[in-house]
Amino acid sequence: MKQVSEMGSGNVNGSRGGAAWSGSVWAVAARAGIVFIILCGLVYPLVSTGAAQLLFPHQANGSLLENQEGQVVGSELIGQQFTDPAYFQGRISSIDYKAEGSGTNNYGPSNADLLARVHASIEEWKKANPDVSVDRVPIALLTNSGSGLDPHITPESAVVQIPRISKLTGVSADQLTKLVDQYTEGRDLGVFGDPRVNVLKLNLALKEYVK
Amino acid sequence: MDILQIVIVIAVLGLLVKPLGTYVYHVFSNESNWTDRIFSRVERIIYALIGLKKREGMTWKTYALSVIAANVVLVAIGYVLLRIQGGLLLNPSGNANMESTLSFNTIISFMTNTNLQHYSGESGVTYLTQMAVITMMMFTSAATGFSVAVAFVRGITSKGRTIGNFFEDFVKGHVRIFLPISFLMTLVLVALQVPQTLDPTLVVTTLQGVTQHIPMGPVASLETIKHIGTNGGGFFGVNSAHPFENPSGITNVLEILMMWALPASLPYMFGRFARNRKQGWVIFSAMMALFLVFVSLTYFSEKAGSPAMNAIGIDVSQGSMEGKEVRFGIAQSALFTAVTTAATTGSVNNMHDTLTPLGGIAPLAQMMLNCVFGGKGVGLMNMLMYAMLGVFLCGLMVGRTPEFLGRKIEPREMKLIAIAILAHPLIILAPTAIAFMTELGKGSISNPNFHGITQVLYEYTSSAANNGSGFEGLADNTPFWNITTGLVMFFGRYISMIAMLAVAGSLVRKTHVPETIGTFRTDNALFTGILVGTVLLIGALTFLPVIALGPVAEYLTLR
Repeated sequence: MKQVSEMGSGNVNGSRGGAAWSGSVWAVAARAGIVFIILCGLVYPLVSTGAAQLLFPHQANGSLLENQEGQVVGSELIGQQFTDPAYFQGRISSIDYKAEGSGTNNYGPSNADLLARVHASIEEWKKANPDVSVDRVPIALLTNSGSGLDPHITPESAVVQIPRISKLTGVSADQLTKLVDQYTEGRDLGVFGDPRVNVLKLNLALKEYVK
Repeated sequence: MDILQIVIVIAVLGLLVKPLGTYVYHVFSNESNWTDRIFSRVERIIYALIGLKKREGMTWKTYALSVIAANVVLVAIGYVLLRIQGGLLLNPSGNANMESTLSFNTIISFMTNTNLQHYSGESGVTYLTQMAVITMMMFTSAATGFSVAVAFVRGITSKGRTIGNFFEDFVKGHVRIFLPISFLMTLVLVALQVPQTLDPTLVVTTLQGVTQHIPMGPVASLETIKHIGTNGGGFFGVNSAHPFENPSGITNVLEILMMWALPASLPYMFGRFARNRKQGWVIFSAMMALFLVFVSLTYFSEKAGSPAMNAIGIDVSQGSMEGKEVRFGIAQSALFTAVTTAATTGSVNNMHDTLTPLGGIAPLAQMMLNCVFGGKGVGLMNMLMYAMLGVFLCGLMVGRTPEFLGRKIEPREMKLIAIAILAHPLIILAPTAIAFMTELGKGSISNPNFHGITQVLYEYTSSAANNGSGFEGLADNTPFWNITTGLVMFFGRYISMIAMLAVAGSLVRKTHVPETIGTFRTDNALFTGILVGTVLLIGALTFLPVIALGPVAEYLTLR
């Protein structure tokens, strides 16, 4: 910092000592407003849509999943409500996985309703899964996801459901364990995020198995 | 593995700072470089279209007026579009016009780069307004903030009467930074499963035979500029927690880097402008030191979980998973929370309302300090403001006229800085108090006891810091909240912006004080410490009492 530079804005250089900008601010602002609404608000998203549809049509249209008969059964990214105990069940969703909305009850940690909800889930768990003790149930399975649409459960959350599903479907526990292993996705690039199981994909596979 | 993934992201950020900072410096210093050939042609067309014939520098007053004029025009057009959106094109789901106080709140929110959302994206806006209002303002507000920061840096590092031409900076920010990066990253996100379509909501029959409505739309193009412009307003109600906005661990990392890389490289750009790169690294180090404290606080307290939940008897080894997504787990959720409130983006990948008390202090505190990296340009300006304050305090202690970058910091500058520093807590604490005194405010609180205090405090802090995240349990789409937070966002943005431009306008005309042996150096480790200390001192003096009433009290009483 021996000497303060006069650099900093090329166009400023020429005007030093001379007249500063004296155009009509409002006229330029009005025209700039219209130009940028068209450029950023229409051209950018529409060109992006065109390019995306051309290059990655499957992903751009919501990564839809089909069953064996070729019917669309949902998106692999959007969780579904599974109330039938013969299916693997997803996380708690205060919106029952109704995807036209998204969200949770936003219970703070000190909210009594949160604890009441978890206690109720535990009672349900005991009834439906008499063979698996409560202290093995992972917290992820009994908590509401942020979106209410979480498509995943942790691998442990799938494993603890195996005894129940085996009993109800007649598929052996070994086979179900293999199925869960097969549908367990690791961390992205080996490090990012947590290991997870996609509940809809797992249940689609389970359905074929039971048939 | 948790800590490793946080460290890797920080390391990648460190690698991006220098090349990106150099690029941004080239863009705004008007030094010729290889990108000219590509972009100058497009820019000349835009200059012609907007009638910008000569691009001479502006005085700070003209610059400030141009900022206001450009923003007023966009606000006016955007407001009208929201009010009549139901009858316009690209509304396949048949959504209605937006109500007037909600439109007021929304338009201020997006123009001020806050992106507080009192509407829900699935039903509150149409595809046209998602693009032409929401996406458009994500660009223009980011470019506005960027331009002002660059003008401020010119003011304190160069000499003359003018601080650059706003419209030229504004156009260049779009053409050379925001549009090309956003377009490329949009395609990357689509490849990683973020939808980008104009088709209406899809209706499917689920595996169990229930009908499910799946809304989609041009999500990826909004998602990129939402982060690159540190905007934060989501396409869907739950923002980046929604699996369509943020489908995997890798998209989460990309979104973190998109919102973090530009604010983090601005200190380096500043160092280039100041012809003293060490000065840039001093600012960067102060920001990073504060950030590391806050990200650790969030990570460790979310990992430890809530004592109430831990006593229930289920397997809680994973940490506090209420309000979080399985694919992110604790590490990616905590990192996202810390970055989004540091860079004042305000997107969320987990629900901040459900954070443990101490985990929730970090996002709150970073928005209160508002200079830990900070939003598009604003964080750098605030940190430089604290640097001048630090110099001033040290000057008082040793009885010398304070200097920063070879200019004397005198009463006029200190008064302006004091205005900017005091405005921030005033517009947080005063409306918070008002909200508690009225039924209109109190009635919206959804969580009982101390947590309810934090909900209200968070809402106004987020508005004032132009962050936009929320403790979303708060029922905030009422005229009371729409209008009060609208005003807070407005003052939070423009008071400090204009005060800082005035400081720049005043410093740019000062004569340079030659450096002597007695000059107090601002480019070494000692000053980094003084800077961190100044930020924490001012922040603690201002906000500790109210933090004690909210999260600290909740922490102490949570069993």
